Amino acid sequence: MKPHTLSILVENKAGVLSRVTGLFSRRGFNIESLAVGPCEEPGMSRITIVVIGDDAKVEQIMKQLNKLIDIIKVSDLTENERVERELALIKVTAEQGTSRAEIMQIATIFRASIVDVSPKSLVLQVIGETDKIDALEKLLRQYGVKEFVRTGTIGILRGSKLASGGK
Amino acid sequence: MKTGAKILVESLLREGTEIIFGYPGGVVLPIYDELYDSPLRHILVRHEQAAAHAADGYARASGRVGVCLATSGPGACNLVTGIATSYMDSTPLVAITGQVPTSLLGNDAFQESDITGITLPVTKHNYLLKSAGDVGRVVQEAFYIAGTGRPGPVLIDIPKDVSTGMAEDVKLPDKVTLRGYNPTYKGHKRQIEKALEMIGHAERPLIYAGGGIITSNASPELMEFATLSSIPVTTTLMGIGCIPCHHPLNLGMLGMHGTEYANFAVTECDLMIAIGARFDDRVTGRIETFAPHAKIIHIDIDPAEIGKNKRIDVPIVGDVKAVLKDVLTLMKKQGAHEVWLKKIKHWKQHHPLKCPTTGGLHPQFVIRTLSELVKDKAVIVSEVGQNQMWTAQHFCFHNPRSWITSGGLGTMGFGFPAGIGVHFARPDVPTFVIAGDGSIQMNIQEMGTVAANKIPVKIAILNNMYLGMVRQWQELFFDRRYSFTELPAVDFVKIGNAYGIEGMRIETPEEVLPAFQASLDCDGPFVMDFRIEREENVFPMVPAGAAINEMIGGHPR
Ligand SMILES: Cc1ncc(C[n+]2csc(CCOP(=O)(O)OP(=O)(O)O)c2C)c(N)n1
Ligand SMILES: [Mg+2]
Repeated sequence: MKPHTLSILVENKAGVLSRVTGLFSRRGFNIESLAVGPCEEPGMSRITIVVIGDDAKVEQIMKQLNKLIDIIKVSDLTENERVERELALIKVTAEQGTSRAEIMQIATIFRASIVDVSPKSLVLQVIGETDKIDALEKLLRQYGVKEFVRTGTIGILRGSKLASGGK
Repeated sequence: MKTGAKILVESLLREGTEIIFGYPGGVVLPIYDELYDSPLRHILVRHEQAAAHAADGYARASGRVGVCLATSGPGACNLVTGIATSYMDSTPLVAITGQVPTSLLGNDAFQESDITGITLPVTKHNYLLKSAGDVGRVVQEAFYIAGTGRPGPVLIDIPKDVSTGMAEDVKLPDKVTLRGYNPTYKGHKRQIEKALEMIGHAERPLIYAGGGIITSNASPELMEFATLSSIPVTTTLMGIGCIPCHHPLNLGMLGMHGTEYANFAVTECDLMIAIGARFDDRVTGRIETFAPHAKIIHIDIDPAEIGKNKRIDVPIVGDVKAVLKDVLTLMKKQGAHEVWLKKIKHWKQHHPLKCPTTGGLHPQFVIRTLSELVKDKAVIVSEVGQNQMWTAQHFCFHNPRSWITSGGLGTMGFGFPAGIGVHFARPDVPTFVIAGDGSIQMNIQEMGTVAANKIPVKIAILNNMYLGMVRQWQELFFDRRYSFTELPAVDFVKIGNAYGIEGMRIETPEEVLPAFQASLDCDGPFVMDFRIEREENVFPMVPAGAAINEMIGGHPR
């Protein structure tokens, strides 16, 4: 059992997301993260899904995904050299004084930016791999994380290799 | 400019539809109005589930796309069991449902149900139409998707304002192209060569033939391949008919209620060639002990079936017929497998299916009598349960598509309405429905349909006054505690009569043949109520979770 990052090129049609997620839930998979958006081709979207499962089960679900008419291409990025990123927004309690300074220091270390400041809180924006975001959130917990929002992982292959292309 | 409803009916005709099975309601009124003076034949069923099964039966018997039609909400929901049945057995079906107007979608409007959502996991694809201008294209796509690759049901949901909306005729392409749908038909040559090499070296090869052979009309190629290479064939429930029952290489059905010799052969073979089959648990028993000594070649059009349940040594993705054709071209004369075939012959002689003769009326005898009477001149449709297994075991099938049954979903209530569709696909031969007393009552209202339309389906009910298959499990595995499986006596002849259908009750072996003859002599539908031995069991049987050579009710080895 390990995390797999699946990149799925789909026709941007109503219901396509529920077709995709339905396949996972019916097989008892829990989706760890999901990100959807338009992509390089007009009329198409790319869905990135992270699931944890054994290789054979993930391979079976990829084959089932491939059978869906609105799905153009499914690839498991995990097999390749890739860049994976996620963006998170964290609203953390920050009273005037030492804690505020500490949080800002932590933000610098994580190359997070402060995107909102108010008398009682700060909002940090951080970009990175899942582990980095988890680590930052954990560190900030001692100050009080009021809200934690993340986009879900997206990924792209390194080099000139493409995840898309004909089915 | 034309209405969406008119475009729909024209599109169905353009796809070559000759008959649809349906039931009207509010939001499909515009469509029914178009049907009123259309050349497209419509059969009014008595329950939408029956419309789906009838369309499915038509599809299975003809190989063409079957079409059913229902209204929104309850009508659409009533189709679901039929759609799921079609999905599990990969049959080409187009289901058309009415929907509330687009402006009301999601409002819990009267008779609204999210039928595309509901059928998502049981359709190959589905559509919710938004404009009349899409009707023509979507119908064309739906038929293409339903009928090609691994076939399956496609649902088209049509809101009322789409049926009444106006659109110009659009020019449709001669051939549908869908970027996300490109089934592989031709098998990989290198893989076929690898398979042939394995076949050349095998001493105890076995063909495990599934419903894919029937779907792909590959029975002639299968026969040629089996005979040229002297490889025995065992068929799944869905593969029955792809090789004649009396063929010396035919081992009959394998699996839970398979023949002993088929299951022995599976256990002892050193090479299994799975063709259009999917290693279902009713076939394999305990999967680890299925074909334990064999290398496995798997030919299937659906890549998702390869390696799903069992590790495969040589996968060949492609249309079974196309692949077998290539196999035949590349194949050199193969060995005769004399020792193996002799062993199988010995098993066949010493482990035949049992057909009890003493005592009252035995279902096996009923089936064999019908088989000898009609020979290859009938299509047999079964319900689900013991009746289904006795028919699969004891009827001698000669041809593909002469055996119609719900395999994957095991839907009680499938057989009788499916028989209606079968009749329209094969009006040249009689259609017999072999039913149980439980199953027939799941769609017994269709007696109204066959009576009103004089559809000459012959209904043979193997009446044991039990949900027999479930009772058998209770007898064997639940200490004879018959919890809610007894059905009080029903006079099916009287029910038939009430609908205006002739019939007969049969209580002794002597009455069996005359009853079947009477059914054939009758122009219309006919009901036969066979009062069989109540606690007859289906044997041999592989208990759930056992290896398939661990059968009960067989012969001592
Ligand atoms: C719709 C549906 N409900 C329940 C079952 C479970 N089931 C399988 S066989 C069977 C009994 C069938 O009884 P009957 O039609 O009388 O056939 P018999 O086994 O007696 O020949 C039942 C309840 C089923 N297959 N389908
Ligand atoms: Mg019964």
